[in-house]
Amino acid sequence: MFSLDLLLDAVVIGVLLGCFYGAVSLGLSVSFGLLDVPHVAHPAFLVLASYAVSFLNEQYAVDPLVAGLLITPVFFVLGLATYRLYYETFERRGSDAGVRGIAFFFGVAFIIEVLIILQFGVDQRSVTADYVGKAWRLGDIRIPYRLLVAFAVATGLTILLTLYLSRTFMGRAIRAVAQDQEALRLMGTNPVRIKQWAFGIATAVLGIAGALLVIVAPVDPTLDRAYIGRTFCVVVMAGLGSMSGTLVAAVILGVAESIVLTLFGASWAPAISFAMLLGVLAVRPQGLFGRR
Amino acid sequence: MTRNGIAFWTGAAVFLAAVFAMTQLVGNQYPFFAGYVILQFVALAVAWSILGGYAGYVNFGTSAFFGVGVYASVFLVNAFGAPLPVQILTGAAIGALMGFALGLLTLRMQGIFFSIATIALTIIIETTITNWRYVGGAAGIQIQRPAVTAPFDNYVQMLFFVQALLVVLAVAISRYIQNSWIGRGLQALRDDELAAECTGVPTLRLKLLACVISGALMCAVGAPSAMYLQYADPAGAFNLNYSVSTLAMSLIGGTAHWSGPIVGAILLGTTQQLLTVTISSEVNVLVLGVMLVLFVVGAPEGIIGLIRKLRGKGKEGEA
Repeated sequence: MFSLDLLLDAVVIGVLLGCFYGAVSLGLSVSFGLLDVPHVAHPAFLVLASYAVSFLNEQYAVDPLVAGLLITPVFFVLGLATYRLYYETFERRGSDAGVRGIAFFFGVAFIIEVLIILQFGVDQRSVTADYVGKAWRLGDIRIPYRLLVAFAVATGLTILLTLYLSRTFMGRAIRAVAQDQEALRLMGTNPVRIKQWAFGIATAVLGIAGALLVIVAPVDPTLDRAYIGRTFCVVVMAGLGSMSGTLVAAVILGVAESIVLTLFGASWAPAISFAMLLGVLAVRPQGLFGRR
Repeated sequence: MTRNGIAFWTGAAVFLAAVFAMTQLVGNQYPFFAGYVILQFVALAVAWSILGGYAGYVNFGTSAFFGVGVYASVFLVNAFGAPLPVQILTGAAIGALMGFALGLLTLRMQGIFFSIATIALTIIIETTITNWRYVGGAAGIQIQRPAVTAPFDNYVQMLFFVQALLVVLAVAISRYIQNSWIGRGLQALRDDELAAECTGVPTLRLKLLACVISGALMCAVGAPSAMYLQYADPAGAFNLNYSVSTLAMSLIGGTAHWSGPIVGAILLGTTQQLLTVTISSEVNVLVLGVMLVLFVVGAPEGIIGLIRKLRGKGKEGEA
């Protein structure tokens, strides 16, 4: 039953899958990792983006990746609005932001889920494109093109975001606000505006990530529940706010999931990310590449 | 016993007597089916707020405890044909153990990390049950109800009464905690855990206690559900809807007072029953989510807080 070929296959697929997990976790790495917003609704936004992409693809035959690009401005604005609401109602009032902030995003996630069900039904959705459904043969290993596309876009997205955060003025400001908000205020800048901008960027990235999600596999409205585990596992394992760490952690998760899938079957897959998340939280809460 | 205490226990006795009289007099079965679900959510919300309200640890894992309670019953019925009281007691015992484990987690995790960990527990336990053939696996399992015992002439009526007993138990415990040193200690650690620890509040012991009590109650509430539905499957028993409903009901009612979750659960539970019958179960989750967000944003102290504000009394209520 178990052979070396099978294992190699699992590892290759796992690495590709991992890079994809990295791409869907990037936004959370900014919003939760850098800004400390308990963004439990991140995966719900992700699935929402997938549905938007699938809708554009079905109705107007737009390529999924182009559709993903098209919806990024909308998601950027959505991110700005979400952070503004969160800031006005929780961060500024200060008192007891923990309990209600978490409950707020949990509620938002459920609202999005139900709105998707009411609009599109509970059936699975997918996209059509040239690279969906075909595979590339490399010796004995069969690699689906959709995973390769996801891999390439995910890697590109990670590099772009890393460069943005380290090279541009605004990117550096975002990292500064994550390190010491008070210092920024003393220097005459408004940390809230910077955080709002960062949250917008984090949500905009979800447009492309949502396209990748629906390219890799069909989506259904409750898929966000599984991705709560994957995205938070990746971000926490990476150490909050580390972009390159996000990619490494995501690859570790991808390979682990892929190997367990090959050895024990698909029914165990949902638990992997959550189990790893619990393990990381219990053993090394600062993550692999943590700040502290 | 204080005057408040006498009033409380009289109220509880009247409630139970009314429920019992209803099982003897009402012929239509629907009120019992609907009422059972509402009572179930009252008990869950009260149990949730012992940890989530008093101690401020947001538990998303209500469905984990509930589901384990359901499957404890499934296992006991399957293996030994155990009667209902044994199912509930075993559920409570397992729930207490799970609560203890959860309490240990609070050692290392607070805030959002704790909440995410509770979701993680839910999914891990659900996956394990899904892969456990003996209790039906992913496909679920049918359960035969045993014959009903007198004085009830219908099993659902009996379950309705049993659930009412659980509600009284949960409320009594929650009320006791709020008025004792345990509640004051929990509120202290909710406001500032470090400061509480420094002033000599035994935070770890209190957190463990809150987790164990809350967990045991949630599992006990889940246990009769297997008999109620006569069917159990992992996707249904561990549905995150239980978590979001319980959390919403507690926060909407208000967690500052033990009566808050009851108000919230009765209000939302009844609305949900009406919506499920008249429109659809999706819309009822939507209403729940919207209400949760509205209250969390607009009325952070919940209905209890609104009532207090209307009365113009700022002082903490004592009941």
